[in-house]
Amino acid sequence: MFYRIPLSACLGLLITALFLIAAVFAPWLAPYGLTEIVGGVWEPMSSTFLLGTDNLGRDLLSRMIYGARTTIFIAAMATLLSFTLGSVLGLLAAVIGGWFDQLLSRFVDLLMSIPTLIFALVVLSVLPGNLITLILVMGILDSTRVYRLARSVAVDINVMDFVEAARLRGEGRWWVVFREILPNALSPLVAELGLRFIFQVLFLSALSFLGLGIQPPEADWGGMVKENKDGIIFGIPAALIPAAAISILAISVNLIADWILNRTTDLKGGRSGS
Amino acid sequence: MEADTALLQVRNLQIGATVYPPDAKPHDIEIVQGVSFDLPKGRVLGLIGESGAGKSTIGLASLAYGRGGVRITGGEVLLNGHNILESGKKAIRGVRGSQVCYVAQSAAAAFNPAHRLMDQVIEAAREHSGESKAVLTQRAVALFESLGLPDPQSIGDRYPHQVSGGQLQRIMTAMALCSEPDLIVFDEPTTALDVTTQIDVLAAIRNAIKQTGVAALYISHDLAVVAQIADEMMVLRNGLVVEHGTTQQIIESPAQDYTRALVNVRAIEHPQATDTQKPLLEVNHITASYPGSPEPVLRDVSVQLQPGHTLAVVGESGSGKSTLARVITGLLAPSQGSVEFNGTPLSADLAGRTRDDLRQLQMIYQMADVAMNPRQTVRTIIGRPLTFYFGLRGKDKSKRIHELLESIELGPEYADRYPAELSGGQKQRVCIARALAAKPQLIICDEVTSALDPLIADGILKLLLNLQQREQVAYLFVTHDIATVRAIADSIAVMYQGQVVRYGPKSEVLSPPFDDYTDLLLSSVPEMQVGWLDNVIANRRMESAGH
Repeated sequence: MFYRIPLSACLGLLITALFLIAAVFAPWLAPYGLTEIVGGVWEPMSSTFLLGTDNLGRDLLSRMIYGARTTIFIAAMATLLSFTLGSVLGLLAAVIGGWFDQLLSRFVDLLMSIPTLIFALVVLSVLPGNLITLILVMGILDSTRVYRLARSVAVDINVMDFVEAARLRGEGRWWVVFREILPNALSPLVAELGLRFIFQVLFLSALSFLGLGIQPPEADWGGMVKENKDGIIFGIPAALIPAAAISILAISVNLIADWILNRTTDLKGGRSGS
Repeated sequence: MEADTALLQVRNLQIGATVYPPDAKPHDIEIVQGVSFDLPKGRVLGLIGESGAGKSTIGLASLAYGRGGVRITGGEVLLNGHNILESGKKAIRGVRGSQVCYVAQSAAAAFNPAHRLMDQVIEAAREHSGESKAVLTQRAVALFESLGLPDPQSIGDRYPHQVSGGQLQRIMTAMALCSEPDLIVFDEPTTALDVTTQIDVLAAIRNAIKQTGVAALYISHDLAVVAQIADEMMVLRNGLVVEHGTTQQIIESPAQDYTRALVNVRAIEHPQATDTQKPLLEVNHITASYPGSPEPVLRDVSVQLQPGHTLAVVGESGSGKSTLARVITGLLAPSQGSVEFNGTPLSADLAGRTRDDLRQLQMIYQMADVAMNPRQTVRTIIGRPLTFYFGLRGKDKSKRIHELLESIELGPEYADRYPAELSGGQKQRVCIARALAAKPQLIICDEVTSALDPLIADGILKLLLNLQQREQVAYLFVTHDIATVRAIADSIAVMYQGQVVRYGPKSEVLSPPFDDYTDLLLSSVPEMQVGWLDNVIANRRMESAGH
């Protein structure tokens, strides 16, 4: 399977691994504390503060490392939720069909017809602002995309002879969905997983930037861009560093997702992932 | 026949390709290993072989074309004395479609659905000859007429979906002939057609070849078909020539074992069982239609099947034979009639059947590759019915899986393979084992041999007959292939347009007097002898003159 990994995917794997290490070992890697005020406001990069300090005089590098932890953790949890929910419902809709499929699919259409960001802003401003709510809202809104992909892949597989053979044997829905269809739908879904994760990172960053995501003094990259954005007027690059981190993470995960997508396309004899 | 008078000379042709297995290094394989032949003007050479023999690859190489990553690595292809493999792209463009044309297997896929047939038929000729549209249209109409197409004046104004499959195949032949080429490559032109249509297309192609004096390469896996049309035959296997000779010699006195096996294919004898017992399966006056269409696909169909016997349901595509199988399995509920099994009526839909009903009635499919989950090993595929129906686990299950593998003549090492790691014949064997695992009394076989090469199909039929003797299982055999029916059936139901037109023991159904449709069907099956097509056509002319 891993016979030859292309250079682009290697690069993606390497950078993503670095981000993950930073996230997991944040307390040991960060030179200063998360909320510790250690210097002046917006100090330039130096040997004591490798990336300088932020708008309150906190070490930017330490906040970046802790921010990686929050950003990646929440995005990963939301992706996990959206995937479980979206793919299970999508597969069931394809297998059960009829009114169940109609009901679910029209409901998903309804959710998708409302711009995601605006919908999230409305819901989050009403609900109590904590981590669980944030993950739930992000996960459920994103699961509509996964649902549509899972359903369209499963509809194709559902008409294959081996699924009919399982039905004729008398197998229940559980077996048909999880033993016959899911293993064959997994490759396009896994490729989509990477893309959905990136969208979750961007979504979380956007929410934090607008003040409805992670609340200060906790650090996340979107919120850090917001905190330091005024510095740009004075020529201070502090806001650009978290922004760059978001893009680099997005691109490197995308490189991995592309590679997986290519591989699964090869195996399926030209069937595209969506 | 002097070498220098030959139109097409192929010298030591070598063709290779690179394969990229998922778990190994890419490596080169040889598809065609040093094939040589001469084809003089006006002669027809038949290329025979199983899938993977390299016959289509050779056919396309005579157009200097390699399909999807296939490379011509050595040898010469001389057309009218010029080596077209060494010509530049521009010169090859000039050759294709003017000196040599290609007729593909699936005419439906080869025509552009958005353009009228006439425009497509004369397109290549206009490009190359520069003749006026009127002249070419006239020529095309004349070709339509000689190919026996109805309405030759106006059929060109239709779109591809407005004519039948057999007509489309003839129009494609007209397209090839329209540029008045020296050579036409026919790649399995009748394989996708029903037998009664195949005979017309075959006769039309042969007349057209005779009238125009064009040379042809005729590629097919069906020796009996090629014998009707070719002057010479070349039998290929794994990219090597097995035997090359005149059609007469190959059919009547083949020199090689492999050729002999191909000629004697379907010579299986199965004595017709006659003992009458209480029927195992009774299909009573079934009428069925698909949801959303009022037109019934089955009309008042009744058949019976005794335990341990074989009932063959024969018909062309669209006759309703597969729908009958779907009604019996419970996938389609009939609007009228009932299905009785062992004297008790079966529920019309799947949900109403008990697990034991389902176990008693197993199914084997036409396409073995899609009938097995590609992500399950053979062990899971065969083992699941054992756990599901009999609750077998652990050692007992393993033991039974090995027994089943043995009964389909595969070793225990196959248990841990995935379907992709099996050959076509082995896949179908695993499907048989999966059906047998349930210890059923009836197995429905839906065209189980039609996707397989003739020799492999023979092996599958022999296996099914052996298993029937040992396990006393009854077969309901859905097929369009009369040769298969002759080989294995005890009784036969001939279906036409949703109705059973002839039904009874094999000996009665296959002996005269025939009804019109059965007569047409039986006389259309190609026989392994030179001149069969002439005889059939002469007979039909006499009959229609007598009417």
